[in-house]
Amino acid sequence: MARAASTRSRIGWTALAWGIGFLMFFPILWTVLTSFKTEAEAIAAPPSFLFFDWTLENYGIVQERSDYMRYLWNSVIIAGGSTLLGIIVAVPAAWAMAFVPGRFTKDILMWMLSTKMLPAVGVLYPIYLICIQLGVLDNRAALIIILMLINLPIIVWMLYTYFKEIPGEILEAARMDGATLKSEILYVLTPMAIPGIASTVLLNFILAWNEAFWTLNLTSVDAAPLTAFIASYSSPEGLFFAKLSAASTMAIAPILILGWFSQKQLVRGLTFGAVK
Amino acid sequence: MATKASTSAARLMMAPAVTLLLGWMLVPLTMTLYFSFADYRPLRGVFEPWIGFDNYARFTSSGSFWDAIWATLIMVGAILAITVTLGILLALLLDKPIFGQGVVRILVIAPFFVMPTVSALVWKNMMMDPVNGVLSHVFRFFGATPFDWLTQAPLTSIILIVSWQWLPFATLILLTAIQSLDGEQLEAAEMDGAPPLKRFWFIILPHLARAITIVILIQTIFLLGIFAEIFVTTQGSFGTRTLTYLVFQRVLESQNVGLGSAGGIIAVILANIVAIFLMRAVGKNLDA
Repeated sequence: MARAASTRSRIGWTALAWGIGFLMFFPILWTVLTSFKTEAEAIAAPPSFLFFDWTLENYGIVQERSDYMRYLWNSVIIAGGSTLLGIIVAVPAAWAMAFVPGRFTKDILMWMLSTKMLPAVGVLYPIYLICIQLGVLDNRAALIIILMLINLPIIVWMLYTYFKEIPGEILEAARMDGATLKSEILYVLTPMAIPGIASTVLLNFILAWNEAFWTLNLTSVDAAPLTAFIASYSSPEGLFFAKLSAASTMAIAPILILGWFSQKQLVRGLTFGAVK
Repeated sequence: MATKASTSAARLMMAPAVTLLLGWMLVPLTMTLYFSFADYRPLRGVFEPWIGFDNYARFTSSGSFWDAIWATLIMVGAILAITVTLGILLALLLDKPIFGQGVVRILVIAPFFVMPTVSALVWKNMMMDPVNGVLSHVFRFFGATPFDWLTQAPLTSIILIVSWQWLPFATLILLTAIQSLDGEQLEAAEMDGAPPLKRFWFIILPHLARAITIVILIQTIFLLGIFAEIFVTTQGSFGTRTLTYLVFQRVLESQNVGLGSAGGIIAVILANIVAIFLMRAVGKNLDA
């Protein structure tokens, strides 16, 4: 009796959860579907959900007209470059804080966190001016460095919380067995640190890919990543719904897939280890 | 335990990160502070290095400043209320034994990974367009008159869009927190005959308090800086000009750098007030 009731309630909860999941996902689903319609079908009333003539022409047009690949490439370079650079700078720092904590380690960590809370708009003009002076407005290298800097606190924090979980006894055991510092790092610590570093890379790649304050304000043509490319669709010109959908789908597809792998890291990374 | 050599090695390892962040924080902020006391309008070639607090006085006495503060408060407040309330409900739902939980979770979380310019444009054109938007089709289906969301209810529309983006974040964090709840305690309460609402109020909610605080603080930090969603929808018109957007307009659009910088410093101060509370919440966890 009780079992029957619980199965029934389970079905009820399942239906509700799927309904809400569908609603949350709907704008994305609708965009993806529209990207396969012709412009005429995209504005048909009432709209057709699945039964239309599927076409790939929008993807071709978007690529042809706006050189989509260039923006994609900029996104890859900027997000990838800033993440890589951030890891290179952050790994030693997080390592030192986790394994050789000093009197000020905690203060340094908190201070790093505080820099993340600086509103970007408060330093917009100086950064803009510095970029002009150095001739690096609309430049990929400049964006790589800026995005690295804004994400550096998150990278250090994430790595720190991961490294912190590596038990110190293992190091001592290795030392007892006569491991040198080099072999200690190479054979003991690195294998244990790799998963944490990988998670950090994943989350920061996503954050950098989606960053839309500096990329919008500091790029125009040459260095513009997908965020800026999509923003150029904000003023509609003629029939454009299907093309906008195709461009949007291409801009979010890679990151949606990466994002699904990074749910756990997201919680840890964005709460600075406060919720695990 | 740490030897002298390892301590100095540790300092050396931290140096690049600390130096970079210090530079990133100090150099531009000092420049903004400097500009905020200057009459600096580069397009007109005006640069007067010291005009005292004139910019601050002008910035805070203008009507657009208070409108912006008001818009910011409503926007952040409403988005927080929506995402936290719905986030708790959704987290409770996803914690239930449901079929295909993993897939539902992916569907719910997906909006968080959509880049801000895309989600704003998708909502503006695909959902809220008065002619072709899905919402208009739904309105028409029920015999109601379609609604031009972004002109007739611009602030609500942006709140809706940003809530959609951040609800997954709140849900995910609250779900993580719920899953760390001790099941035995709940079972014991159930055996003692505590009704669901009481169990929620006296066991689950107190357990979630910390996670809720963190969600509120972190979201506030990010929400104070909402930019792209306004940039591609209303461009700050119709009462959707937040403090961030106002400063952006003063600094880059009208290039009144002195005035904008004063606004920027005010934004920094306001964000810092929130930041202090967040740092306390995070710092507490650091000792544990």
